Amino acid sequence: MSSTTISASAGIRVPRWAAPAVISVLFVVTYLAFRGTGTLPHDSEAPQFAAVTELREWIDDHRNDNPLFLYFLNYIRLFVGGVFTLFQSALLALGWPGLIGVMGGLAWLAGGWRVALLAVAGTASFGVLGLWESSVDTLALVTAAVLLSLAIGVPIGVWAGLSRRVRRMITPVLDVMQIMPTFAYLAPLALFFHIGAPAGTIATMIYAIPPAIRITALAIEQVSPTAVEASASLGATRAQTLFKVYLPLARSTMALAVNQTIMMALSMVVIANLISAPGLGSDIIRGLSRAQVGIMLPAGVAVVVMAVMLDRMMVSVARRDPHARIGRPGLLAAALLAGAGLVLTRILPPEWPESLTVNLVSEVNDVVLWAETHWYDVTTFVKDTTSTVLLNPLESLFTSAPWWLVAAAVLLVAWRVSGVRPALTALGCLLAIALLGTWEHSMRTLTTVAVAVLVTLAIGLALGVAAARWTRFSAVQRPLLDAAQTMPAFVYLLPALALFGTTRFTAIFASVIFAVPPVVRLVEDGIRSVPATVVEAAASAGSTPGQLLRKVQLPMARRAILLAANQGIVMTLAMVVVGALVGAGALGYDVVLGFSQRTDFGMGFVAGVATVLLGVMLDRITQGADNRRPSPQRRKAP
Amino acid sequence: MKIRLLAGLLALGLAAGCGGATVETSPSAAPSKGGGGASSAAGTVKIAINPWVGYEASANVVAYLLKNELGYTVELPEIKEQLAWEGFETGDVDVIIENWGHPDLKKQFIEEKKTAVEAGSTGNKGVIGWYIPKWMADKHPDITDYKNLNKYAGLFKTSESGGKGQLLFGDPSYVSNEAALIKNLKLDFKIVTGGSEAALIKGAQQAQAQKKPLLFYFWDPHWLFSETELVRIKLPEWTEGCDADPKKVACDYPEMDLDKIVSKKFADTGGKAYELVQNFNWTNEDQNAVADDMTNNGLSGEEAAKKWVEANTAKWQAWIPK
Repeated sequence: MSSTTISASAGIRVPRWAAPAVISVLFVVTYLAFRGTGTLPHDSEAPQFAAVTELREWIDDHRNDNPLFLYFLNYIRLFVGGVFTLFQSALLALGWPGLIGVMGGLAWLAGGWRVALLAVAGTASFGVLGLWESSVDTLALVTAAVLLSLAIGVPIGVWAGLSRRVRRMITPVLDVMQIMPTFAYLAPLALFFHIGAPAGTIATMIYAIPPAIRITALAIEQVSPTAVEASASLGATRAQTLFKVYLPLARSTMALAVNQTIMMALSMVVIANLISAPGLGSDIIRGLSRAQVGIMLPAGVAVVVMAVMLDRMMVSVARRDPHARIGRPGLLAAALLAGAGLVLTRILPPEWPESLTVNLVSEVNDVVLWAETHWYDVTTFVKDTTSTVLLNPLESLFTSAPWWLVAAAVLLVAWRVSGVRPALTALGCLLAIALLGTWEHSMRTLTTVAVAVLVTLAIGLALGVAAARWTRFSAVQRPLLDAAQTMPAFVYLLPALALFGTTRFTAIFASVIFAVPPVVRLVEDGIRSVPATVVEAAASAGSTPGQLLRKVQLPMARRAILLAANQGIVMTLAMVVVGALVGAGALGYDVVLGFSQRTDFGMGFVAGVATVLLGVMLDRITQGADNRRPSPQRRKAP
Repeated sequence: MKIRLLAGLLALGLAAGCGGATVETSPSAAPSKGGGGASSAAGTVKIAINPWVGYEASANVVAYLLKNELGYTVELPEIKEQLAWEGFETGDVDVIIENWGHPDLKKQFIEEKKTAVEAGSTGNKGVIGWYIPKWMADKHPDITDYKNLNKYAGLFKTSESGGKGQLLFGDPSYVSNEAALIKNLKLDFKIVTGGSEAALIKGAQQAQAQKKPLLFYFWDPHWLFSETELVRIKLPEWTEGCDADPKKVACDYPEMDLDKIVSKKFADTGGKAYELVQNFNWTNEDQNAVADDMTNNGLSGEEAAKKWVEANTAKWQAWIPK
């Protein structure tokens, strides 16, 4: 890595190429001279791991001695469980016609007849897929988790958006919450919160709160300072400025926060099932243990349908003009729809009628089998080529380079790209990885993550730019992105396993599918937020569309694109564990091992921490491009 | 506007919540369905569902009998092995119906914490080993002896195995001597960690269908054997004590007696349910029949259990406590 990255940055700054070139040569020579030394090989019985395992045993033995701790956690569990039960019993009590009607009515209030139609069709599809009960459980769990996450996340996000200091303090916490693999703490979580729906909701919230905070903060920060100053000079109080200026102006980006919170919550459906939370995850695990895509696909489709439905409802509420009122016809239609459903609940049978379900298990299995049989040679070729040309050389470079050389390279690159402070943080993370005893596996994971992030960014930028330019493309693409982000990975991992084998390639394939959607959305949103006047000015000055993109839109959307890169990294790291289930090995496998074998808990947890450190390091290396040229907005930040 | 929607949702939730409470409590209060003359107040049994089909088969048959013969309410929380053991302590789990060894967990939870007790054998025999697709054994008859594996190591090379032959391993929760075996038998192979059962199943299916070489860790009883032909590699025979030191293992896996584990509390207060769990004992063929119905014939766990119970009255009647 050292030589390639350095020479790449040398290419950018042509006038001062001499120094970087010399440094790169120096790195290559040092690498060749010291290759294979100081590689810190992995030792699964390292004392660091044993210490963490012992600490966990100690907490296990003593958790009942500390009533405050216990009661506090117990109340959280009871409260969250109560919210879940509230939604679950409400949804069940409505009956299936009632739920369809009420969802339709709420959707009509939220966004008119189109959204209502979507909600009615979507809710009915749960029954058609033969998954009514699991879907209701998942809907209740996700609604509870999302509302609680927003209730916590939006206020913190607003605060972080207003105060840079809060934001700086909170960012590492969010990094940990989002990157720390759930598997690494799922076992202790189950000890404190028991298994079942409350624990599942809490695990989901831990993962769904960070995007709510991050994107809300971004939304608030993007609010034009002139509007804020104008409001302040007119004598508005802080509260007035917040509610009348910041929040309304931040609306469209905050809709994205709601969207991402829902998506994240739904992406936890399968993991929540591992601690026995009810819902669609159970159907997915069942299909997995039988290796049948036919069982998993309907559950996967139901998750996606739920995501699209909830998202469109929430977003149309958030996007609507705050001063518009719902007309009487709208209210009437919504009430009629809900009422019709509730009346039908009394008449129709309480269970979804079996004649209305469609069972396609064997058909889906046949199609998958056909693809697995006929595409095998092509996919194997693609996989083998990528591994030989890219993955294997990169991995052997990372793992055979002495640790101090890698550290020096990271320091120099981060310094050059981002400045001193981020460089020191990145170096600190890398040294901590070495001290934790996870060096070798971190280097292996770094290889797959680096490749996956590069592919994700390339695809994400291209699709995002295209979506910003052509509205129709964006409209067609949107449901596909929703599907890619919320379809539980296992549904497409089984065929991927058959086609690409148990390999790192399969893991990369999965993480790219998962990580591309947020990148596309953020890039699209960023380019669209470039003021129309600027675009017009550039166009009237004779810019070609290409020039417009490169010289105006992309530079002005820099902040959004950087956030996109950051989220791309975070999402890729979130897939490290799933990747380990299909052959990526390294850190992700250690985490799964720690979850499965009690004696290896320490190694799993430490590997989870190392994953976070890797994420922070990559983030610090990349984020800083922005800090070199502070924008006027930033300096004026309140 | 958002507030109005939220308020609406909450109001709905509250309104239905009152009605919902009855929905929730009714099943446990009402007598269980079916009921071979059993009392309605028998109580609830929580049998953990570990994520493999053979386990589900056993659990569903026991659950079916508990419900329909003894009148218990049965909960089947889906949970991984590790957490199921911990569930004994928190009260989330009463029974693990099929345990594969796990001496470390037994030591910790049975001997040290005293939250679990053994409840006897299930009668199922677990066999762990190294397997290859059948076409390989047909083509190279001598490959099934571990002594010849090095001769064929080149065949098993993949993009992941770094120049050596690949030995595909599965979920990290499995019992494993692979690293020691490779080292002590001086095999030119590298373990590639598949990470999941699905990775093994898909690998095996493709290896046989596409005639690709594959050496992998697998176990019997498993439904895959009824669908894909696999051949076991002969490792040095297991003798008493040959696997005592995990680092020096150079022999095959022993045949494992799968057993049942229950929580201490359930053993003390479980009454007839505990007796039924203790008495439960059947063969690999029995389990495979139920598992096969669930995997390849599209039956749900409960349907498959019902089918087996109706066809094997003599067997299960011996389990029912007097």
